[in-house]
Amino acid sequence: MRALEIYRSAPRYVAARAAGGRMPGLLVGAMAPVRLVTRERPAPSGRGWAAARPRLSGICGSDLGVVTGSTSLYFSALSSMPFVPGHEVVAELLEDCEDLPRGTRVVVDPVLPCAARGLAEDGDPCVPCTAGTPNLCDRVTVGHLSPGLQTGFCRDTGGGWGEQLSVHRSQLHPVPDDLPDERAVLVEPLACAVHLARRAEVAPGDAVLVSGAGAVGLFAVLALRELTAAGSITVVAKHERQVALARAFGATDVVRPSAALGGVRRTTRAMKVSPSGPGAASGGLPEVLARTGAGRSAGAAEFLLGGVDVAVDCVGSTGSLDLALRATRAGGRVVLSGMPAPGADLSPVWFRELTLAGTYASRGDAFAVALRLAASAPLDGLVGGRYPLHRWREALDHAHSAGRLGTVKVCFDARDRS
Amino acid sequence: MTRPGLVLEVDDRTPPLLVHEGNGFRLEEFPRGTRVLYPPESLPAVPDVEAAITRALLEPIDSEPLPQLLFPGMRLTIAFDDISLALPQMAAPDIRQRIIEQVLTMAARAGVNDVELVAANALHRRMTAQELRTMLGERVFRSFYPQGKLTNHDAEDPAGMAHIGMTDHGEHVEINRRAAESDLLVYVNVNLVAMDGGHKSVPIGLTSYKSLKHHHNSHTMMRSRSFMDHKASAMHHSAWRMGRVLKDHLKIFQIETTLNNDCFPSTYAFLQKREWEWSIRDQASMLAARRGLSVAPASLKHRIFQGIRAPYGLTGVAAGEVEAVHDATLARVHRQQLVEVDGQSDVMVLGVPFIGPYNVNSTMNPILAACMGLGYYFNSYRGKPVVRQGGAVILYHPVEPAFNQLHHPSYVDFYDEVLSVSTDPAVIEAKFEEQYATDPWYVHLYRTSHAYHGVHPFYMWYWISHALDHCGDIVWVGGDRRAVERMGFRSASTLQDALAMVQGSVGASPSITYLHNPPHLIADVR
Repeated sequence: MRALEIYRSAPRYVAARAAGGRMPGLLVGAMAPVRLVTRERPAPSGRGWAAARPRLSGICGSDLGVVTGSTSLYFSALSSMPFVPGHEVVAELLEDCEDLPRGTRVVVDPVLPCAARGLAEDGDPCVPCTAGTPNLCDRVTVGHLSPGLQTGFCRDTGGGWGEQLSVHRSQLHPVPDDLPDERAVLVEPLACAVHLARRAEVAPGDAVLVSGAGAVGLFAVLALRELTAAGSITVVAKHERQVALARAFGATDVVRPSAALGGVRRTTRAMKVSPSGPGAASGGLPEVLARTGAGRSAGAAEFLLGGVDVAVDCVGSTGSLDLALRATRAGGRVVLSGMPAPGADLSPVWFRELTLAGTYASRGDAFAVALRLAASAPLDGLVGGRYPLHRWREALDHAHSAGRLGTVKVCFDARDRS
Repeated sequence: MTRPGLVLEVDDRTPPLLVHEGNGFRLEEFPRGTRVLYPPESLPAVPDVEAAITRALLEPIDSEPLPQLLFPGMRLTIAFDDISLALPQMAAPDIRQRIIEQVLTMAARAGVNDVELVAANALHRRMTAQELRTMLGERVFRSFYPQGKLTNHDAEDPAGMAHIGMTDHGEHVEINRRAAESDLLVYVNVNLVAMDGGHKSVPIGLTSYKSLKHHHNSHTMMRSRSFMDHKASAMHHSAWRMGRVLKDHLKIFQIETTLNNDCFPSTYAFLQKREWEWSIRDQASMLAARRGLSVAPASLKHRIFQGIRAPYGLTGVAAGEVEAVHDATLARVHRQQLVEVDGQSDVMVLGVPFIGPYNVNSTMNPILAACMGLGYYFNSYRGKPVVRQGGAVILYHPVEPAFNQLHHPSYVDFYDEVLSVSTDPAVIEAKFEEQYATDPWYVHLYRTSHAYHGVHPFYMWYWISHALDHCGDIVWVGGDRRAVERMGFRSASTLQDALAMVQGSVGASPSITYLHNPPHLIADVR
């Protein structure tokens, strides 16, 4: 079968890490540790597995992180190369999978916990899986599968960016007939957003900041509005379409990154403090420093006394996390949704006694809720690009510039050979 | 002999005319037939200013002489117009210094010990110590400032405000407590334009948001026609009602001064002359200034223009009862600034200069530029606007989206947040004003830093509401396109382009009037 494959290449990894952020065009050229290959169909051993054919598979920020080498090395132990990426998948079963007959359209919860690794059957599942939190499984490196935190990071399962993958019954959620593929492919990121909304622990009337208006940020807004009684939701968005969508999904205010702290301050009536002194003239050393990453980690940037009750970082960049920390009130909660980057100044966590909470993948009935959202929310047109596998360079390029191009989600359609 | 104002009709012999545009100017060729309004030449200055002040204090209008109002043990408060006047700033010594020195001398002779001075800055920014020192002189500054007896008015100090009462229109009258509880309040005014003075001094300069919102709102501003004629201005009507309530509670000794049109020093004399009368020296100065400004960095241009000090001459000083004094003041202002104009035109052209009341030692951001052009210059008329209903206004200014973070923090948010939602003054007022006016951070900066009050940009926008309602088209020449669009206007590169753009509302051959301002003028449109 044909599939896109991420493979281990130290030179390409180093090159991508050095240049990826600055010159994304290079990533889809000779430097990318990605290749289109013909490889064996995945066939994991163990009960509950079945072959499936991806119909659509989204390109996620975490996929781009792997391609650009910006993902933390922490995750290198949690994947097995070479692997076929793609964990946002709507697929069609090519064979019966326990109670699900062949031909069933399914969306895949990509987490590979004890159940998928044959560890539940042997009576020794890990504590998180026993507790009903399989997204926090402790055994993602063992069992009858190679290490891999998710489908799309494990060499044995394949992924959505190939013509076939293997799926475990515990991962599958049948898709209603009337839900088109373009909406179904959004169910996995929507499920993550549902989980995010729950992890955010938003109290009625709380002021919330969502930093970032890519797919993660937009779906976070949607889920927060649907599942919580949040008061104001301020969204930080760069691009025009993101602004419009954020409003459509329930944001009360949408601000540009440069005006984000001021926007939150206005909404929450907080006090703004500058390391150069309140109201001091501009142009001082702290202000110059604040424009640099080094300056931010040195605590040179302005911050709020007061601010939102809950901030959600949906970008994963240093600047975005830094904003979330500086804009949250004392005792507030900062939720990390994007894969975090290093370098943020953690002083507010200490001084403001912030609670820092992660939100990874999803659990419980998040997929069921996400399927309902996928059917009812105004999601038409969010899939802004469908590419066959052999046009992977264009697809990644498009995904990398999605915000600027007004696209929310770019997908591969492995069935398309045109 | 001072020549009166002039209405020039541009013909083939008319040279290019000077048009202000922020920290610079240009020479513009106007279409033939354009009317150009030039202010009257400067009236002769009072030869002996000290004597004129003394005479005003000793021979006031409808009031006892000042010495008779002073007695030992009394509480005396002297309030004075803040740095928003005069424009440009007055060359030292400032007229306020000269008057206050005489008032203090009389108070000392009368044995008055409890004297305090307060800058009537209302919701404007607090003046810095250096600005107070420059305005009032070293002697006054050192005698009062270190003891905390020379202060800026603080409209957000609950303990520092006194509620006086209500007008018969239900308007709150609230002023500075020290002033309200004084045996005598002396108010020292600089009446640069006809809008100032009278009951606009105390009821506005020493008041609070609670009181100001009765007349500083879009509805009242829309019905103020014009601000230069207090009898036709709804805003002034409200201030006058408040002043009359105040009059029953507080003895006010009003001192009003009027200035001539000498608003540029000799280096820039060409800026206030008629172009065809420029001497060789004027032309050389103009060319040197143009060349210099064309290569100077923005910060240097800003310093050059902010450094201009006007050698204003005093044309008169009157003291006594507020309304009687103000009538005398208005007569002198009109003599200096009125230009008779025969009928309205289709298009009005304005050059917005480098300074307005709220960017002294600061930056003229887009909102202030709009206020200066469409609030003050547009409204600088008596009778009816220079431009007809549905006509077009063409303004010159760079409209750079640059803000002084120290002075104008709420302007930044107003520009980013409010104007992106609406540019309709009434909508803005309903949706955002209260939030900004009561925002604790803005209040904090107003009270402790040198920031304009959070609500101040709203007032700037209300000032232009009459122009927005009256004009069919508003186009900025040479302005930053994004900033102009943000404010809901259109931008053009040249006057010809601007005229082409407004053809829809005024036709292909519109009548055009250019206000050659500053020096200040009031178009008396018949």
